[in-house]
Amino acid sequence: MPPLTLYEKIWNAHVVREVPGQPSLIYIDRHLIHEGTSPQAFAGLKAAGRKVRRPELTFAVMDHSVSTKNRDLPVLDADADGQFKALAKNCAETGVRLFDMHSHNQGIVHIIGPELGITQPGFTIVCGDSHTSTHGAMGALAFGIGTSEIEHVLATQCLSQFKSKTTRIEVKGKLGGGLASKDIILAIIGKLGIAGGNGHVFEYTGEAIRALSMEARMTICNMSIECGARAGMVAPDETTFAYLEGRPFVPRGKEFQKLVEHWKTLPSDPGAKFDETVELDAAKLAPQVTWGTNPGMVTDVTQRVPDPSLFTNENDRKAAERALVYMDLKPGTPITDISLDRVFIGSCTNSRLEDLRLAAKLVAGKHVAKSLKQALVVPGSRRVKAQAEEEGLDKIFVAAGFEWRDAGCSMCIGMNDDVLQPHERCASTSNRNFEGRQGKDGRTHLVSPLMAAAAAIEGHFVDVRKWRNGN
Amino acid sequence: MTPFTKHTGLVAPMDRVNVDTDQMVPKQFLKFLTREGYGRVLFYDWRYLSGEKPNPDFALNKPRYKGASILLARANFGCGSSREHAPWAIGDYGFRAIIAPSYADIFYNNCFKNGILPVTLSDTDMDELFSRLEKNEGYTLSVDLENQTVSDGKGFDRKFEIDPFRKRCLLKGLDDIGLTLEHESDISAYEKKGLPTPQMVDAVDIQFYSRSN
Ligand code: SF4
Repeated sequence: MPPLTLYEKIWNAHVVREVPGQPSLIYIDRHLIHEGTSPQAFAGLKAAGRKVRRPELTFAVMDHSVSTKNRDLPVLDADADGQFKALAKNCAETGVRLFDMHSHNQGIVHIIGPELGITQPGFTIVCGDSHTSTHGAMGALAFGIGTSEIEHVLATQCLSQFKSKTTRIEVKGKLGGGLASKDIILAIIGKLGIAGGNGHVFEYTGEAIRALSMEARMTICNMSIECGARAGMVAPDETTFAYLEGRPFVPRGKEFQKLVEHWKTLPSDPGAKFDETVELDAAKLAPQVTWGTNPGMVTDVTQRVPDPSLFTNENDRKAAERALVYMDLKPGTPITDISLDRVFIGSCTNSRLEDLRLAAKLVAGKHVAKSLKQALVVPGSRRVKAQAEEEGLDKIFVAAGFEWRDAGCSMCIGMNDDVLQPHERCASTSNRNFEGRQGKDGRTHLVSPLMAAAAAIEGHFVDVRKWRNGN
Repeated sequence: MTPFTKHTGLVAPMDRVNVDTDQMVPKQFLKFLTREGYGRVLFYDWRYLSGEKPNPDFALNKPRYKGASILLARANFGCGSSREHAPWAIGDYGFRAIIAPSYADIFYNNCFKNGILPVTLSDTDMDELFSRLEKNEGYTLSVDLENQTVSDGKGFDRKFEIDPFRKRCLLKGLDDIGLTLEHESDISAYEKKGLPTPQMVDAVDIQFYSRSN
């Protein structure tokens, strides 16, 4: 047997049917769905007179449009209400388990999968959502699919897939103080570009990745799609096993030990061949801030807004010019001179307990800048929320002038009422700074939770490494 | 699925790199339950000024591109969100084919599921097409999937590459799910190997019904 990559091992274990020159039929271990992309899939299934093949392998949750305020109030948005009801009805009719908006386990789909232990190493996991790549942090092959494919998985529990190419991203060195895994992934996207990973599955390796907690690894895998990669993965190790032990959907005792033995066989073999290899030195990184309208338009906090006229590629230059007009930024402006209207700490990228702890520690005893209209903390799940409250993080945030909300996607996508007003500028821990993403004509700067917390206190970006020393 | 064989139609430009699916269908239109009717909202924030007045500067609003059914685009078209609303909107607007130098993976896949042909041509060919389109009002192209050609009948003739399996499915408008279900015995055999069925060790409050609001 030639040495195999983590990706190849999972792929091989899930091939249902393989014919040269055709896509392979791959079995799907876990299928996650939410209210936004699934109604048409259930409708299609019904219209064709088909059944959900394995309802126990699909898990549903309401996350995109849920209110983060009082959930006991009626849903005033009739369209969102229609989607919630459709999801509840579809789940009830087909036997798919649903964490509805009142469940104690409700949260963003990519937060609750790992948190409940639904996500496990070696699994194939899909969801009608591009950030499904998050689950790869557990050593699973996880990727986003469209609604037609959701229907396909519901009906067959399989997907028709072409094999991807693989890229090994080795992150060497030690991450410095004031930096977070968000800075690693933003730097990777900046380096490779937002299409740099098209057609590839990333495997993150190296000292810096090994040193990261599961939660921090999830942040990295989450944004693999922003590099165009189909999926991002980290090989399971002791950190993974410790994270999973005792989770609601993870077997205990001897059965768990057996699983761990299996999981230990998953990491890429020495000498396994990747189509490409990329290296990055974590020790050389500075906190990252995006200045444009895609996550690849990113720079160090110590830098200035770039000058588009210096871009060599004409299409890139035009894109940068457009981005600066949209963002209302002048070339040469120091990043730390950019002042903000709102700060959002949340989303499937950065709303886990560790993110909230880091941010709370920074803002404890301080207060958000007067110039700020809003500073929002939205836990990724109700479990995260409960745990944070147990630790008193909510009180720290509220005392510092932040709003403490219920779990959901919130201002990452603005499908509920957490939206930017036109031309407002926001430091956000989410994953997309596309035009209008957080609200029509809203301006988004993607940063780590540390950078967002510090920016909230100062009202503009600061180099959190120095800021921490100086405060 | 609607098959795609050969199509001749008016061409329109989308001359930007990295057009993401958030732009094709902004989030406020993701709350519906059907696959139809998204053509009206395609490129909503670019296409309309306040009050849904057409923005005269936006290419698709120019009279010369009215009724276009082939879209010229730039690199990494369809990046970002996996929302299939994007190809639904493109199809519902009336586009049958897109021609671009590259696409984001999920979007590319989603096009095939909706009878839209995403043609890939080189950057140089795209520059040539954009320039021919600019210079010729009423510029049309013929896209022939069987022969894998794009041609304007005035000297622009190119072959394009496409995966043979995807080509066959699109030519015949095959139903993906139906195709997979033909291999039911393979799926059952795989399932017999022993599946990691979820075990709920700690009871969590999963619900089958939502409290109705
Ligand atoms: S938090 Fe944002 S990126 Fe994550 S699933 Fe929700 S909308 Fe998508």
